Amino acid sequence: MNLQFTSRELLFRDEVRDFLLSSVPRDISRKLRNDHRLSKDDIVRWQQILNAKGWAVPHWPVEWGGTRWTSVERYIFREEMQAFPAPPPLDFAVDMIGPLLIARGSDEQKRRFLPRIANLDDWWCQGFSEPGAGSDLAALKTSARRDGNKYVLNGQKIWTTMAHYADWMFCLARTAHGEKKQSGISFLLVNMKSAGITVRPIITMEGDHEVNEVFFDDVQVPAENLVGEQDRGWDCAKFLLSNERTTIARVGVSKARIRRIKELAASEHRRGQPMIEDRRFRERLAALEVELKALEMTQLRFLAGEEIDGRTGASDATASLLKIKGAEIQQATTELLLELAGPFATPFAGDEQQMTDDDGGRGLFVSPEWATRAAPTYFHWRKMSIYGGSDEIQRNILARGIFGG
Amino acid sequence: MDFRLTEEQRLLKDTLARLLAELYTFDRRKCYQLEADGWSRVVWARLADLGILGSSLPERFGGTGGGPVETMIIMNAIGRCLLLEPFFATVVLGGNLLSLGANEAQKAQLLPALASGKLLLAFAHTERHSRYDLANVGTRARRDGSQWVLNGEKCVVLHGDVAGKLLVSARSGGTDQYDEDGISLFLVDAELSGVRRTGYRTQDGLRAASVSLTDVRLSSDALVGSAGAAFPLIEEVAHQGIAAVCAEMVGAMEEMHEQTVEYLKTRVQFGATLSKFQVLQHRAVDMLMAVEQARSMAMFATMMLGEKGSAERRRAMSAAKIQVGRSSRFVGQQAIQLHGGIGMTMDCKIGHYFKHATLLDLQFGGADLHLQELAEMGGLTPRVLPLPE
Ligand SMILES: Cc1cc2nc3c(=O)[nH]c(=O)nc-3n(C[C@H](O)[C@H](O)[C@H](O)COP(=O)(O)OP(=O)(O)OC[C@H]3O[C@@H](n4cnc5c(N)ncnc54)[C@H](O)[C@@H]3O)c2cc1C
Repeated sequence: MNLQFTSRELLFRDEVRDFLLSSVPRDISRKLRNDHRLSKDDIVRWQQILNAKGWAVPHWPVEWGGTRWTSVERYIFREEMQAFPAPPPLDFAVDMIGPLLIARGSDEQKRRFLPRIANLDDWWCQGFSEPGAGSDLAALKTSARRDGNKYVLNGQKIWTTMAHYADWMFCLARTAHGEKKQSGISFLLVNMKSAGITVRPIITMEGDHEVNEVFFDDVQVPAENLVGEQDRGWDCAKFLLSNERTTIARVGVSKARIRRIKELAASEHRRGQPMIEDRRFRERLAALEVELKALEMTQLRFLAGEEIDGRTGASDATASLLKIKGAEIQQATTELLLELAGPFATPFAGDEQQMTDDDGGRGLFVSPEWATRAAPTYFHWRKMSIYGGSDEIQRNILARGIFGG
Repeated sequence: MDFRLTEEQRLLKDTLARLLAELYTFDRRKCYQLEADGWSRVVWARLADLGILGSSLPERFGGTGGGPVETMIIMNAIGRCLLLEPFFATVVLGGNLLSLGANEAQKAQLLPALASGKLLLAFAHTERHSRYDLANVGTRARRDGSQWVLNGEKCVVLHGDVAGKLLVSARSGGTDQYDEDGISLFLVDAELSGVRRTGYRTQDGLRAASVSLTDVRLSSDALVGSAGAAFPLIEEVAHQGIAAVCAEMVGAMEEMHEQTVEYLKTRVQFGATLSKFQVLQHRAVDMLMAVEQARSMAMFATMMLGEKGSAERRRAMSAAKIQVGRSSRFVGQQAIQLHGGIGMTMDCKIGHYFKHATLLDLQFGGADLHLQELAEMGGLTPRVLPLPE
C-alpha cells in the first residue's frame, strides 16, 4: 500500500495545474469563487478552450477525441478542475450522452453528434423525470408512437436542467406497454427546435432559473434518432447511471469550498478576532475536513479497484455510497459558509436594481458580495440529495446490496 | 407550574389564527410582497385594530396589558403564515426598547402611536464586524453642548427602510469598542439630515436596510435611558427578541411538519403513497420530535424572560436558541428532502418556510454560537449547588 502518486502522475498534475492557471478565464474564475451562476456562454467558452487543448473528453476513445490517460490521471484531471475551480463540464453532454452513443449509438449517430458534443456546439439536456415519475422513473408516461420512419412524441418532462439552453434532449419515452414497466421504454434523441415543443421555466426557491418543464405536443422524431433497440431504452438509462461515477462525490468541489471558507474566515470577525481563530468554528471545519479526507480515500480505494464485499470498482453500491457522502459534505460546506456570512447572508442581491436608496445617491454598503450568495447556495444545494437518485433511493440500493432482494 | 393559556390568551390565539387564515393565504402573501413597502398596510391596520400591536403595552398607552406569553402566541402565528409586516422590528424590538428603557414623556409620546400602527420602529444595532456581540458598538455619540452628534454605519436593520424612528446604539464612552460600558441608545428620526438608508429585500422576502449616520444632530431628549448605560437594556431586549424568534421558528416548523406529512400522504411513487414507506414514516416522526423539543424550549425562553438575573436569562436564551436552531435546521432540511424536486421550487410553499426559518436562525446567532456561549457560562446547571444559608 502506498499513498503517493507516482512521479509521472505528479508531473501530470503539475501540467494540469499550469494549464488551469493560464487558461481559466478570469471572469469565470471570479464567478465561481463567489458562487455566482455561470452563463451558457461561460460553460461553452471553457469547453472550447479544453477542446482546443485536446482535453475536452479525456475519458472517450482516442478516435473520438479522448486521451490515453489512465483512470488515475483522469481522476487527477477532474479533481484539479473542481478544486481550481474551473467550470464543471456539462455532464449531460460529455459524461452521459457522449459515452452512451460511443457504446450503443449507430455509426451515423456517432459521426453526427460526438464531435459537436466534445466542442459543445450542441447543448444537451436530460429528459427523464416526469411529474408522476421521479424516484419511480419507470412509471414514465410520455409516449412515442411509431409512425412510418418517425416517432410521434406526446407528454411532459419536468425538472429538465437547462432545457432552455438546449439544442438536443435525450429522452425516455414509452413505445409499448409491457408486463414490466421497465420494458417498452425507448431512448430517443429529440431536437429541441422541433415543432410542438414548449419549454416552461421553473424558478427554484433561491430565485434562479435552472430547471424547466418541457411539453411535447405531436413532436416528430426521425426514427434514426432512436438509440439502441426500440423498447429497450431502460438498458440505456441503466448504462448512464453506471457510467463514470468516480467523480460523483465531487471531492474537489468540497476542497475548493473549504479553502474558500478558510480564506474568508480570516476577514470575518467575532469579538475582534478573525473567525478562523474561533475555536468552535475551527473544530467544525476540521471535522468536515476529516469527513472529506475519508471520502477522498474511499473514492481512491474504489478507483484503484480494491475489492469491497466481493465487488470490484465503482459498482452500483459504491457509487451510491460516494453520492450520499459527497452530497452530505457539499451541503455541510454550504452550511458553514452560511454561518460565516451570519447577518450578512440576509440581503437578497438577485438583481442589483432592488437596492433602493433614500436620496437616489450611491447605495450604502449592504453586504460583502460572497455573503449575499451564501444563503442562495445553501438553499440550492439541497438539490444534491434529491436529484440523480435521492439519498433515500441510494440507501435502498445499498440496502439491497446488503440484504438482497 | 402551569402551561395552560388563560381565557384571554386562548381567545387571542384563536382570533389571530382565524384572521391570518383569511388574510394570509400563500397567494395573498405574494400580493402583499409586491406592494410598495413589500408588505401590506391594510393588514397592519387590522393588526392594530385587533389590539395585536399593543398586546404587550400597558393600557394607559393604548395597549392591552399582555406580556411575553402574548408575544409568544403572536410570533407563533406569524411563523405559521410567514407574516411580512414589521411586527418583530417595530413591536418586539422597538416596543420593548421603549417600554423598558424610555422615560414617561417618551413613552406617552410614542407608545400609543405604536399601538395604533402609526409609528414604525427599527433597531439599528448590528455593524460590519459586530457579528452577534451585543457590546461591540463602533458608532460614535459625542456631546456638543446640549446636543448629541452621531456618526457611524449600521447594517441589516430589519425593516429599517420604512421605520419612522430608528433606535440607534452608539458609543459615548467605555474603554474600547467591546466595552459593555459606554453604550447609549438614541431615538433617531429617519428623516433627519445626515441619516441615509439603502433598503433591500431579504433572502426570505422581507425588507431590511443599511443605515449610515453622518454628523446627525440630536437634542438631549433623543437619548433613551441614561448615557453610557444602555447595554443591560439592549441585552434584555435581545433576550425578548430571542424568545420571540424561537416562537416564530416553532410556528414555521409546525407548518413544515404538517405540510410534509400531508404531502407524503398524497404523493404516489412505486404504486403507493410515500407515507407507506417506513423510512419516511420514521423521518416524519423524527421531525415531530424535533418540533416538540423546540416548542418546549420556546416556552422555556418565554417563561424565563421574567427572570431578573441576567446570567440566568442568558443561559436560558442560549439553551433555547440552540435547541430551536437545531430542530429547525433538521425539520427544514427534511421538509425539502421529503418533498423531492417540488420542494425546491419557488411556487411551492415549503421552500418559503425553509428559507424564513433559515434566516430567522441567523438572528442573534445560531446554535453553534450559543453552544459556545452556554459552555463558557458552565452550561445550564451551576456546577456547584449553592449551600443553604
Ligand atoms: C435541481 C434539480 C435538477 C434536476 N435535473 C433533472 C434533469 O436534468 N433531468 C431529469 O430527468 N431529472 C432531473 N431532476 C429530477 C430528479 O432526478 C428527481 O427530482 C428525483 O428523481 C426525485 O424525484 P421526485 O422529485 O419526483 O421526488 P419523489 O420521487 O416524489 O420523492 C419524494 C421523497 O420521497 C422519497 N422516496 C421516494 N421513493 C422512496 C422509496 N421507495 N423509499 C424511500 N424514500 C422514497 C425520496 O427520496 C424523496 O425524499 C432534477 C431535480 C432537481 C431538484
